[in-house]
Amino acid sequence: MEVIQQIKPFHLDVLKEAGNIGAGNAATSLSQLLNKKIDMKVPSVRIAGFQELQALAGGEETIVAATFLRITGEAPGSMFLILQKKEAEELSYYLTGKKVDIAEGTFDELAGSALQELGNILAGSYLSALSDFTSINMQPSVPSLAVDMAGAVMSSGLIEISQAGDYAIVIDTEMKETEGNTPSAATGQFFLFPDPDAFIKIFEALGVELP
Amino acid sequence: MKLDHKKVIKVGMAEWKQIEFPNTIRTSGLGSCVGVVVYDQWKKKAALAHIMLPDSTMAKYKQINRAKFADTAIEDVVAVLQTKGCSIQNMKAKIAGGAQMFSISSTNDIMRIGPRNAEAVKKILRKYRIPVAAEDIGGNKGRTIEFDPELSTLHIRTVNQGEAVI
Repeated sequence: MEVIQQIKPFHLDVLKEAGNIGAGNAATSLSQLLNKKIDMKVPSVRIAGFQELQALAGGEETIVAATFLRITGEAPGSMFLILQKKEAEELSYYLTGKKVDIAEGTFDELAGSALQELGNILAGSYLSALSDFTSINMQPSVPSLAVDMAGAVMSSGLIEISQAGDYAIVIDTEMKETEGNTPSAATGQFFLFPDPDAFIKIFEALGVELP
Repeated sequence: MKLDHKKVIKVGMAEWKQIEFPNTIRTSGLGSCVGVVVYDQWKKKAALAHIMLPDSTMAKYKQINRAKFADTAIEDVVAVLQTKGCSIQNMKAKIAGGAQMFSISSTNDIMRIGPRNAEAVKKILRKYRIPVAAEDIGGNKGRTIEFDPELSTLHIRTVNQGEAVI
């Protein structure tokens, strides 16, 4: 039977807590890096179909800067840090002092590597917190950056899951910059897609085994 | 002949749909997935499948969504065009997608899924003797495609390489 059919609401709550711990740690890292106050939203955990997932990052054709990595080890999965175009440009300006348009094919190499490094740091701090919390050994691959349509990049994270079914469980966390009077849009969004087999291990580690 | 209002029919990931003139058919955000258009240029009918995986034997459970896999999706698309009066000798295909969005070195074959999808689609089309009239596959860019059965044209839009018609 598919793992997803055995999942109860309290399982999702436990995943929410795991996402909270991971993203909380990542938000602290980002805050230190930018020397700004960063807030995060309570993560949302949902079971969603592929078309819904493609749209989670803001529409299939929306241009985003996506850092993607594969997690190997006891609980394999895929992870994304998605920055909307404007946010990615602001962050790279902040980090490199250069104004770039990331939708141009050959945007500044330095800006690209700054964004990749940012993804590296944030994903790393998310995963190390999650790994400590669950005592599960998680080894991230070297992250890779792509600037493209949200639908096209998100689908890369769904391949492993799509072999098992048509739904994925996604832990979605938003970070926000909170300085100034106007609440800014999301600074970044994390998506964690555990592979279907990983759930057995994750729930066992968190003390809520599947039946 | 009375012309109907032209509609754009949208196909989602792991789905296929069939249309005829004057409507057009479109799918957005193809990454490693492949968009396969099978059409009959004389009858001006077409079907578009947005496939994710090369082979239905990759499925871990028996209950599958046939539109997700190259083999089963193409089989169904050809069958539905036949029920609409198209004969397989007149069918042609245009394909796009199969990119590798991220360069992650992995021992796991799954990261090469884009090229594998494209190879599988071509192999299955060959099996049905449906010629590939045009293709835009591979690379590392996302694509949105729209097929117009009136002139059998496939419009391809990418983020930083503009638009193309094949």
